[in-house]
Amino acid sequence: MKLVVVAGTPGSGKTSVLLHTIQALKRRDNKPAVVKVDCLWTDDDKRFGRLDVPIRVGLARDMCPDHFTIYNTEPMLQWAEEEGANVLLNETAGLCLRCAPYPDSCLAVCVIDVTTGPNTPLKVGPLLTTADIVVMTKGDIVSQAEREVFRERVLEVNPDCMVVEANGLSGKGAIELAELIEDSVEAGKDMELRYNPPLAICTLCSGEKRVERKYHMGVLRHLDGFMEYKGE
Amino acid sequence: MSNAIKLTIIGGVNKDGTKELVDRVEINPGDILGIVGPTGSGKSTLIDDIEQLAQGDTPTGRRILINDEEPDTKMRVDPRLKLIAQLSQNMHFLADMSVSEFLQMHARSRGKDPQLMHKVIELANILTGEPIHEDDHLTVLSGGQSRSLMTADIAVISDSPIVLIDEIENAGIKKQEALNLLAGEGKIVVVVTHDPVLALMASRRIVIKNGGMNDIITTSTEEKNVGDRVSEVDNWMMDLREIIRRGEIVEGVV
Repeated sequence: MKLVVVAGTPGSGKTSVLLHTIQALKRRDNKPAVVKVDCLWTDDDKRFGRLDVPIRVGLARDMCPDHFTIYNTEPMLQWAEEEGANVLLNETAGLCLRCAPYPDSCLAVCVIDVTTGPNTPLKVGPLLTTADIVVMTKGDIVSQAEREVFRERVLEVNPDCMVVEANGLSGKGAIELAELIEDSVEAGKDMELRYNPPLAICTLCSGEKRVERKYHMGVLRHLDGFMEYKGE
Repeated sequence: MSNAIKLTIIGGVNKDGTKELVDRVEINPGDILGIVGPTGSGKSTLIDDIEQLAQGDTPTGRRILINDEEPDTKMRVDPRLKLIAQLSQNMHFLADMSVSEFLQMHARSRGKDPQLMHKVIELANILTGEPIHEDDHLTVLSGGQSRSLMTADIAVISDSPIVLIDEIENAGIKKQEALNLLAGEGKIVVVVTHDPVLALMASRRIVIKNGGMNDIITTSTEEKNVGDRVSEVDNWMMDLREIIRRGEIVEGVV
């Protein structure tokens, strides 16, 4: 079973690119299954459903969506196996850009929107820097020069990645992505994350609503960068 | 990169999925090829197929050959190896930086000397009435300025053997000068246009209908003569435009 983790900034076109890629994969006799992870709501299962592939939705709700994805990776792979799939496409809703939901033996795909400007690749962090493939979308809206500058910026922060220019409307790039998925590694047994998750669970994560400093515990960082541990 | 190359378009299907009537177009170094057809007929799609070096992997199913061979994947993705420079209709900049910063970064992405930016700006200012300055912010450039800048960028930085141009006439720039600049020596130029001046500058033009290449017309001597006359009229219009721009009166001007 191949595991493809598709992450990216909101609105970058992850789902649209995936829809075309699934069609390309199917035409090449693969059996893809999709798990879509979102935070609160999604109707993407309907969009994927039209392609006649096994689809599941996971809503992270009040759990960090990346954490939710990692926590559920094993059952997702199991489910895909039972569905007779040979590729599991896992679209995540990672939002904070602080960590990256990519295990070591997966194909890590980061989708990023060219219209957000050439400084964006520098801001995205491990989601981009630890990806195997960076998919640039919406390139049809800007000039060739701007696309090339954007690509250069992507390679500045992730020199080893493959850059694929894709278009969620026309389907450009989908065949290329499908080929790269076919060439990717099989998901391993004892997978590890490529990047360490944030320092610790904070008091907000466990439900604290009060803002005043005295109520917060754990590993905390001050405005000036100083770090302390407060608690038992 | 000025090594002469040959470009071949192998036909695919039109919007209805039926085979295109023109199934092979060969374009040699130095050729200017026009693409004509009604709005929405699929002219830009043909340009895009060429830009992507499509290999049956776009909705049209067309294939593009370079020197009679299928180009390798690296050529398709790495701008340093890129054979194609494209001047698209989308010319508004979204990059939040200055003209000089952007041009230097673009030169670097193409493996060229960042100092070429001076030359780009100088050339751009020949094509447009409103001068562009190095420190200007990209996002405030007018349509004409943006096009001029990108035309000059293609002539200097993206100096590729194949140049694709999409409807340059809407740009408010000196289009004949721009086309001559882009054509350079031994380059292939493919130009989408409704403009008789540009269409008749081409040696052949592909007629697009319903997403397919329907016909290919070779510009006859008589058409070339018409083209020359249209050029004269066009130059006259340009001169008048300049006179009006300067706030002068056109009475008695011939």
